Amino acid sequence: MTLPEKKSALGSFIEGVADAFAFPLRTSHYIELVNPLWTSHAMQARIEKVWDESATARTLTLRPGKNWRSFKPGQHVRVGIPIGGRHFTRTYSISSGAESSDGCFTITVKAIPNGFVSNHIVRQLKPGDYIPIGIPQGDFYLPDAQPVKPLFITAGSGITPIMSMLRTLDAEQRFPSTTHIHYAPQSYDVIFGQELQALERKYKRYNLKCIYTRVPGEEQTEEGLKAQHFTKAQLEANCPDWRERDVYACGPQPLLDALEAFWEKEGLRRQLHTERFRATLAPSNVAGQAGTVMFAQSNCKIVSDGQTNLLRLAEDNGLNPAHGCRMGICHGCDAKLVEGCVRDLRTNELLSEAGQSIQICVCAAVGNAVIDV
Amino acid sequence: MGMPKHLSAGEIEEFGREMDAIRNEVMDTRGEKDRAYILNIIKWQRSMALYGRVIIFLSLIFSPLGGLEVASWPLFVAFLGLGAIMLGLAKIIENMELGHNVMHGQWDWMRDPNIQSNTWEWDTVCPSDQWKHSHNVVHHTWTNVFGKDPDIGYGVLRVSDEQPWHAKYLLNPVINFVLMMMFQWGVGVHDIELDKIMAGKKTFADAKPMLRRFMWKAVRQLRKDYLLWPLLGVAFTVPVTVLLGLDTISVAAYAFLTVCVGNTISNMMRNIWTNMIIFCGHFPEGVQHFTMEEVEGETRSAWYVRQLLGSCNIGGGKLFHILSGNLSHQIEHHLFPDVPSNRYPEMSPRVRALAKRYNLPYNTGSFTRQFGTTTWKIWRLSFPG
Repeated sequence: MTLPEKKSALGSFIEGVADAFAFPLRTSHYIELVNPLWTSHAMQARIEKVWDESATARTLTLRPGKNWRSFKPGQHVRVGIPIGGRHFTRTYSISSGAESSDGCFTITVKAIPNGFVSNHIVRQLKPGDYIPIGIPQGDFYLPDAQPVKPLFITAGSGITPIMSMLRTLDAEQRFPSTTHIHYAPQSYDVIFGQELQALERKYKRYNLKCIYTRVPGEEQTEEGLKAQHFTKAQLEANCPDWRERDVYACGPQPLLDALEAFWEKEGLRRQLHTERFRATLAPSNVAGQAGTVMFAQSNCKIVSDGQTNLLRLAEDNGLNPAHGCRMGICHGCDAKLVEGCVRDLRTNELLSEAGQSIQICVCAAVGNAVIDV
Repeated sequence: MGMPKHLSAGEIEEFGREMDAIRNEVMDTRGEKDRAYILNIIKWQRSMALYGRVIIFLSLIFSPLGGLEVASWPLFVAFLGLGAIMLGLAKIIENMELGHNVMHGQWDWMRDPNIQSNTWEWDTVCPSDQWKHSHNVVHHTWTNVFGKDPDIGYGVLRVSDEQPWHAKYLLNPVINFVLMMMFQWGVGVHDIELDKIMAGKKTFADAKPMLRRFMWKAVRQLRKDYLLWPLLGVAFTVPVTVLLGLDTISVAAYAFLTVCVGNTISNMMRNIWTNMIIFCGHFPEGVQHFTMEEVEGETRSAWYVRQLLGSCNIGGGKLFHILSGNLSHQIEHHLFPDVPSNRYPEMSPRVRALAKRYNLPYNTGSFTRQFGTTTWKIWRLSFPG
């Protein structure tokens, strides 16, 4: 992942001269041969340690390359994972505190059922592997200096950015009065469970309320499950002073939707901060599913029958995308898939990885799709 | 002309379906192993280029023109030769197995941002975007079609007796030799279509933006090999000569020349080798050419047939295939230009068996046979007939 860099005039002159020796590559491509962490053309991290938090969650300790920037607790980072030779990009919250002294940071990943990438990270990655990473991003973090009185609401692996905040507050010795409501299926599913309990023992002002949505050994009914979900009564019981608190919430979509609706209704929306990771849409398996195709650069929406190739579709509607052979050979028509799913008409393979290059002359949309043309 | 008469339209379609089946099977099994292969090639190629340049520098220590006590002609020539050959091999692999194949989009499926067809730039004076047009789009679509494929003799050579003879083709052997020596420059200006400008079919103004881009690339290539690296070599000699009281100016000049010579050898090696491999792709004896009428309304299957008849393979070992960028499997490459090149060897026997079943020729032979008939043909066709 390429990075913006700030450099002095002299610095960029020296780098320009050095790169001229390596043209058409950059010096950094040769430095990579010595140590992948010293590159400037792309940033990578080395996996230093893997640690199982629970049966399905694993923490990776990553040593980032030299262009790494310090992060604010709560921010997330993009990681690239090669699986079966293909590169996948996912975003994960940083789970370590900001005050680490060894220059490493951690991400904690939970293997979700059928989660292709998360299962690979949890089961396959090993110390010594190098993975591409981005720089920390996101606006979900606590204020640097002014005091806050937080209410953390987390569920499942949504605890990761909050863990980073808790660890940082603890390390900086400015742990405030905190209420933390955490939802988990069962007690042994709580990621960082022991560390949270240790914090509870250390700080009287840290009130941890774990809500378990499943009872061990019992068949789960719809009503039983619903009863444990977020309600006003539940909130009042666990955190009577919730109106005075700044809420930081991270978890599955339905929970965040419920929280946003509730705080909106109470007129306190300003106090609620949420972190969302958009769920990847399930690709449709129905061949020839009609929908709407958006050609983003041209700002043009076209109805697709799910059979016509995208190049033809664009041309029939007056667009003129770059192309070559029109039969999937020359890659002259390659365009970026921004969103949605397309089908390779040659193989019926479904392509739904946002950001990947597709050959529009041999691909048709499956349902709705956005193409960077 | 070239298209087979013994196959019905239906049979050609069936042939195409079988080709697609071979393609799909290989495309479906791309994976971790292929990624490891290309990353490994990249690592080797870059290391070899770097070490080659370092060894060229080391030869300066033994230079009889340098005046150090360890000076010796055999050691000097050995180091300079070894360094130049390593750098030359690195350039060959970079152009063939990496540049050519990456720019065909063979590795785009990995979605690795560092190995993408649209951003890859290669170590030759030809700008990659111009090459992708003249090669991927024009040549691969119109392979061996008269009036459409600019690679039939590259606009300067007569390589088929179906090309009408002209007095200028008397120079065929000379042009062939010059093109071989200067091959990267030939490839570099190919898409600018200088022959059309000379013939008055294209104006100079039309070609100007492309020329500018070509110059941009050429300047950087020349600056690297014939100014910066030689100067760095000089920079190493200066403190030594000052310390030992040697003639700084003359030693520096010899050092500059030595590095230039080493880099020239490597560039020439690459020119000659790539020229030989590429000429063996479509020019050997038995290759077919086609007319515009024959390809009118051509189906994907008929396109497969044309690619098969218009391309030639070269037999050889694994290292030979890597150094030729697997263009020694030119037939498979033309049938499946976006299949990763490391998979061509396994496809070759299947394609050959398929061709045999449909009674179609599969043009393959030793390097000597393919290059020999190519050269003979070019010499022979300088005369009418």
